[in-house]
Amino acid sequence: MSDVTLRFTVNGKAHRVRVPPMKRLLDVLRDECKLTGTKEGCGEGECGACTVLIDGRSVNSCLVPAVQADGAKILTVEGLAKDGRLTPLQRLFVEGGGAQCGICTPGMLVSAHELLTRMKGKVPSENEVREALAGNLCRCTGYQKIVDAVRAAARGGRSS
Amino acid sequence: MRSALTPLEIIRPKTLAEALAQVDPAGKNGASPLAVPLAGGTDLYVYLNAGTLDAQRFVDLWSVRELRGIRTIGEATRLGATTTMSQIREHPVLARRYPALAAAAAEVGGRQIQNRATIAGNIANASPAGDSLPALLAYDAIVQTRSARGGRTLPFESFYRGYRQLALAPGELIVAVDLPPPAARATHFFRKVGTRRAQSISKVVFAGLLRLDRDGLVEQVRLAYGSMAPVPLRARAAEEALLDEKLTAPAVARALAALERDLSPIDDIRSDREYRRIVAGNLLEQFLRIAAKRK
Repeated sequence: MSDVTLRFTVNGKAHRVRVPPMKRLLDVLRDECKLTGTKEGCGEGECGACTVLIDGRSVNSCLVPAVQADGAKILTVEGLAKDGRLTPLQRLFVEGGGAQCGICTPGMLVSAHELLTRMKGKVPSENEVREALAGNLCRCTGYQKIVDAVRAAARGGRSS
Repeated sequence: MRSALTPLEIIRPKTLAEALAQVDPAGKNGASPLAVPLAGGTDLYVYLNAGTLDAQRFVDLWSVRELRGIRTIGEATRLGATTTMSQIREHPVLARRYPALAAAAAEVGGRQIQNRATIAGNIANASPAGDSLPALLAYDAIVQTRSARGGRTLPFESFYRGYRQLALAPGELIVAVDLPPPAARATHFFRKVGTRRAQSISKVVFAGLLRLDRDGLVEQVRLAYGSMAPVPLRARAAEEALLDEKLTAPAVARALAALERDLSPIDDIRSDREYRRIVAGNLLEQFLRIAAKRK
């Protein structure tokens, strides 16, 4: 099938791309939008490395056809920091050892960002954080430092 | 090997009628290969990424307005076909009236999957391990279908004719799932057992609904299992053993013995027959213990 023209915003910036309609959103973000922060891990919706938000909701971008992003507002890990300044969530991941090899980190940050937005300033319990990040697998950190970083960010950036 | 996604075609209908025309074998698209329905894509893209689906044309149901939304109709509830697991788990009326379904929706994959996976997709994918399916059985759900020639109403319990065999005719789509009013004062239960607490495909999945009368006799009971047979199913023999009985130790033992006749677990990549058999019994016992405490 011939390519289709799609319009959407990524991290607040308008994009217009011409792509095969069933191309994966993950590949459109990486190839057309040149945003390579979003990673491919398993390619089957298990690991969450490719997590982005579509209209505020997390998705595995390896399972989303490009056409379904038409008209959407997309947030990727590149959209978290503003003017090169890390968010408290990102800073606490760095300082607390929540990021090691880095493959899961973009997806972890996006899922954690979705959780913190949903909590509207309330501090999630440890279980709530673990449940919210259940779709993001990490093979380095053992998760505890990630959970601690998310809760610290929810407390307003204080680490305990 | 991954399927080549570049040549794949997808039609994006705005209305249900346009969508039905794309899957109608007698319609003007009947000659070309019929389009495969796609909604959240959480199963379909796994098959595409693994190269195990060779369809070339798809019809996108995600943006068909008529298939969306949760409506309460009196005491009953209608879930549009593309209602997501997140919408189910976050809906206050569903959480109160059908807590076993809300619990199932909250345990399908991670949030990313729940935000995209739809109720009709879980049914149509027809995995015996589908997490919402035992809950739909426990609540006696009804499947509403539609084709270019009209609609049908099918009890969910008779929706599978065999392993991954749907009772859908060519050209038919699932348009909604109806949940009848749940029994008042009943105990609702859902539990899945997998390798990991979250995000794992079930080794055993169970939903139960049980109501005692004033004398403590079992007045209504529905026990439903996934991953224990080629299709999700009601454990009728165990239900029979419990009906009109008090939840005493001998009655529970009789139900557990009867359960052996209901289930036909297999050895596969995720678990083995013996483990599944034992866990299925443990889940029933746990459920009955909780139900017995309610009065």
